[in-house]
Amino acid sequence: MTLLDFARGPAMQIAIFIFVLGIVWRLVGVWALRQKKDLSEPRQKGAWIGGIKGLFAHAWPYKPFVPYVGAQYIVGYVIHLGLFIVLFFGTPHMLFFADIVGFTWWTLPGGVITFVALITTVALFIALTKRLVNPVQRLISNFDDYATWFVTTLPFVTGLATTANLWPHYETGLAIHLLSVWLLLIYFPFGKLMHSFWFVVSRYTTGSRFARRGGMA
Amino acid sequence: MSKTTTEMALDLEAKRLSVVEPGTRVDLQGDMTDNQRVEKAMTNFAKDFGRVTATYMEACIHCGACAHACPFYEASGNPRHTPIWKLEPFKQAYKREAGPLAFFYKTFNLKKNVTLDELKEWQELLYDTCTMCGRCTLICPMSIDIATLVGMARHGMFHAGLVPHELYTVTEKAQREGSPLGATPQVFEDRVEWMGDEHEVDMHMNEDEAEVLVLMSSIEIQKYPESMAATAKILNQMGKSWTFRTDGYEATNFGLLSGNTGWQKEMSMKVIATAEKIGAKLVILPECGHAYQALRWQGANMYGKPLPFKVQHISEFLADAVDSGSLKLKTVNKTVAFHDPCQVSRRGGATSAPRKVLEALGVKLIESKSGGSMNTCCGGGGGVITIHRADTLRYKVMGAKFRQLGETGAEMMVTSCSNCRQNFDDSGEKLNWDKQMNSLLELVADNLVEEAKK
Repeated sequence: MTLLDFARGPAMQIAIFIFVLGIVWRLVGVWALRQKKDLSEPRQKGAWIGGIKGLFAHAWPYKPFVPYVGAQYIVGYVIHLGLFIVLFFGTPHMLFFADIVGFTWWTLPGGVITFVALITTVALFIALTKRLVNPVQRLISNFDDYATWFVTTLPFVTGLATTANLWPHYETGLAIHLLSVWLLLIYFPFGKLMHSFWFVVSRYTTGSRFARRGGMA
Repeated sequence: MSKTTTEMALDLEAKRLSVVEPGTRVDLQGDMTDNQRVEKAMTNFAKDFGRVTATYMEACIHCGACAHACPFYEASGNPRHTPIWKLEPFKQAYKREAGPLAFFYKTFNLKKNVTLDELKEWQELLYDTCTMCGRCTLICPMSIDIATLVGMARHGMFHAGLVPHELYTVTEKAQREGSPLGATPQVFEDRVEWMGDEHEVDMHMNEDEAEVLVLMSSIEIQKYPESMAATAKILNQMGKSWTFRTDGYEATNFGLLSGNTGWQKEMSMKVIATAEKIGAKLVILPECGHAYQALRWQGANMYGKPLPFKVQHISEFLADAVDSGSLKLKTVNKTVAFHDPCQVSRRGGATSAPRKVLEALGVKLIESKSGGSMNTCCGGGGGVITIHRADTLRYKVMGAKFRQLGETGAEMMVTSCSNCRQNFDDSGEKLNWDKQMNSLLELVADNLVEEAKK
């Protein structure tokens, strides 16, 4: 079995298994916790509308905060959108998913994907630099923050190296790229990459709790 | 509990109402071993690890944005004052003891046990530098309600005997005497009578039945007694059936502020039982932010069922009164800047109420930069104003607040929280502020149109 066979076979299966099981475990582990009902008289009905609003209200900082965190949000959006575009609109990636879902979709030219991947990688390095340099972020950062950065950045770097044919042996390079993605999947449920789910739950929770009061969240 | 903690005189001469500055600080209560303290903290942290708390704990991405919404961080520039960092031991305890990955964290010691030294270090962060104003939630991309979590973390701190000296003292006093600042039932009754005579207004005290039960905060009773006369004047003019009661008058809840849920419940239950006894349909809360949180939003949860009466902050009551036309006001020809109490506006949902009242007064309201529900906290709430060692930073926070209000160019400053007001008075004296903070309630009472009497 070559490294590529391993990456395409058992490694992928193990990674997906841990990825799915870990996510379910973590979500259920939180949702299974008790929660007392709020017995106070609500100011208004339809708290769920506030929850939905909360999902969007925090997608961009409120005006007074833009000078402080606007740039940070932009870097964040570049990383998230870059990840999304490369993952779903890169032809090799689409073909990989197509094998699973059984249909294909439109993709972007390879050059565009490479450009997006480069921009995303630069944004990831900017985010890391800020984490290392900014006194607040440096203080509150822990192992998970750096591990998350590493497992997110690695597939971009290995992917770019594969596209640019920088590996001495292409198939080994491709296998390394695949393994880096599986590493991301395996780490996903254990760290803050889970914010992919929590951001919805947390924003909705606060939005609905404060809509009930008529307050602002 | 250590005796030194509670044998402290009230500092009634100062603008800020607290106990005198302790000569030797005793920020540790009770006779417990170090391990017992940590264990108590952990047990009481764990009681709060429900679904909502867990969601917030899981959601943080350590972006640090919350620092920029915090008046204490903005004033100090100290990264330790980053709101989410104030929760670090609480988060650590959650991850190690209760989260879905607790097994891994504990087995492989990936999250270390919280130590007593850490808890002691965090006392300043949880009590001195957080008013639970909740502005950090607005900036958080995950919308984490850090203020609520700080309130929860204080539960563990209280039971571990780790409350700042002065805050513990006033809390213990509140539990023992019925008021944190010396406003015992007798003092309250005397001061109500005094205000009645002074302002020639009928005071209703200890009525057996009344539709409205009126509460006062100890700050008002002791420092701004005119509030009692103002409230009476307005209610009398509206022809309301109302009363003060010596068995349920104190609106502040230092059980809530210090972190003792049991005491919080007892303090709330005094008021709830009194309101039930007299058949009140409405309980009016005074100009006090945390009192509004304690009874309006947490009262029913303490009671264990929905409250059998309505609860309103005085500004909401006044807004309804001017809306319905039962209260008519003279025009005050001035420009006004309004300081929103965080617990009433942003976290309480009553932001529009004072604005309706100010509109009825005909003033020109000039909103400050980042005003209304996005208001910057004055830095004195959450018990912070009682703690002397917190003074330096509190004054810095207020310095920024003064600048913000000053930029409006308004002639008159108004608020609807007596705790904020005493912070403005105290800091104003310290920083030579050329303005004075006024009470919305007193402004209304001074400008009643007599013909509107029903």
